[in-house]
Amino acid sequence: MTSQQSARPPGSGTGEKASERSAPDAGGGSQQVARPLLDSTDINRSLMRIAHEIIERSEDPENLYLVAVPNGGIPLARQLAANLAQVAGVDVPVGVLDTTLYRDDLISTGSRPALRTTEMPSAVDGCVVLLVDDVVKTGRTIRAAMDALMDFGRPRAVQVVGLVDRGHRELPIKLDYVGKNVPTQVGEEVRLRSAGEGDSERLEVVVLPPPPDPGAGEGSK
Amino acid sequence: MIGRDLLGIEDLDREDIVRILDTAEHMVEIGEREVKKVPTLRGRTVVNLFFEASTRTRASFEIAGKRLSADVINFTPSASSLKKSESILDTARTLDAMDPDAVVVRHSVAGVPRRIADVLGAPVINAGDGAHEHPTQALLDALTVRQQKGRVEGLTVTIIGDILHSRVARSNIYAFRKLGAEVRLAAPPPMIPAGVECLGVKAYTSLREALDGADVVMALRIQNERLGGAYVPSIREYSATFGLDRAKLDFAKDDVIVMHPGPVNRGVELSHDLADHRPSVILDQVRNGVALRMAVLYLFAGRATTPGSREVAGGAG
Repeated sequence: MTSQQSARPPGSGTGEKASERSAPDAGGGSQQVARPLLDSTDINRSLMRIAHEIIERSEDPENLYLVAVPNGGIPLARQLAANLAQVAGVDVPVGVLDTTLYRDDLISTGSRPALRTTEMPSAVDGCVVLLVDDVVKTGRTIRAAMDALMDFGRPRAVQVVGLVDRGHRELPIKLDYVGKNVPTQVGEEVRLRSAGEGDSERLEVVVLPPPPDPGAGEGSK
Repeated sequence: MIGRDLLGIEDLDREDIVRILDTAEHMVEIGEREVKKVPTLRGRTVVNLFFEASTRTRASFEIAGKRLSADVINFTPSASSLKKSESILDTARTLDAMDPDAVVVRHSVAGVPRRIADVLGAPVINAGDGAHEHPTQALLDALTVRQQKGRVEGLTVTIIGDILHSRVARSNIYAFRKLGAEVRLAAPPPMIPAGVECLGVKAYTSLREALDGADVVMALRIQNERLGGAYVPSIREYSATFGLDRAKLDFAKDDVIVMHPGPVNRGVELSHDLADHRPSVILDQVRNGVALRMAVLYLFAGRATTPGSREVAGGAG
């Protein structure tokens, strides 16, 4: 009986940190020195430019469908929808698609991340789906999102919008619309978060340095 | 933190329960999709090891496993081999050699899942053991209450029926107490276990008092097959005194919900009309059962990656 209590593999329960996605949480990792990358003005400017590019390249803007990868993609997709309405007068549906159950590292790491909301307001069949994520690195999240998307129907095309492309791709995924290309080191973390406390509207992107001791970092999570 | 096996609600703390319920809430959405399947447990094997007959729970686990893309094997050892306790462990060891990623166990004797967990490398999920616990039933009940009421804390939950023989009651008492609800029991005195107050519940022999102000009423199945009629003078008398109908429900709150773990003896625990219509939420319970078991398989199955890791980890720790 005692062996049972202590039987959890030492590594299990960690691995959430390995996620390339990031949450727009205020004050997370506040101990580390965060290097600002994009402020809210930069982000808004990028999203407005991307909205123009989307309209420019779309044959039928009425057929667009924004799908956010949580958590970071959600505020960006909403802003993009607002921009598209402003630029072209189109009302683009915004869905949210959690990719957790489609991740390829659940078995190898044994981690069981918390699930997030999936909400697809209408069918994706025949639509041009724009997957929206905050930070794209390995491409594995986008791969998972594409698999998830196919379970909701057959879009006519899938395109990818990333606010930050930090390189280090591990899969043949390219972004169709990019806010900013940022060369980064592998260990660094790039995160979209609220710029000020209690101000969820103003977002910023920061670079967090790699934790000094990875072992200690995992334990504290 | 959630342990390796799910043997009973008694072993869980409030955070564990909430984590399972939160996960299940997201699993509900998968059941509403056109393609009700995600690839999460692809290549993983879930074994349903049912020593005791069960249709509903087994089907629920089977669908849950399949919706997560696991391979689900139903293993129903013949009744003759049950009598020797040795053969249970032999069966378990044989199964273990086939490297399952989770084993779901039901047995008519309390404690068998725990005994099996001691010899298995794979995580064990208790699907009901004797009159001990039925953790996934209690969790799906808690999920249903949370969905219907928006919360569990502060609610009054009245459980009616054969508490003494009910693993559902026991698991529900643990679950609802840990989630901060008030739990009342109502039954004929022989069906109330002595000393049950130490679980933090109050026992009533008057249904009317037990129902006064209740938010949730849960009727338990009268198990004729287990009782042999020894605990109540007659089923008709039980039904007249403790069977729920709309008139008796007037004592509870206006927005009371009625639950039952199924299968319902119509006209005994619940009137015909209550078994099928609001405020009963029995079919919601069944639907939530699949989502809840998906959550349990997601959180427990295939986490210990190597068979026998228990011994290694236990020795090191």
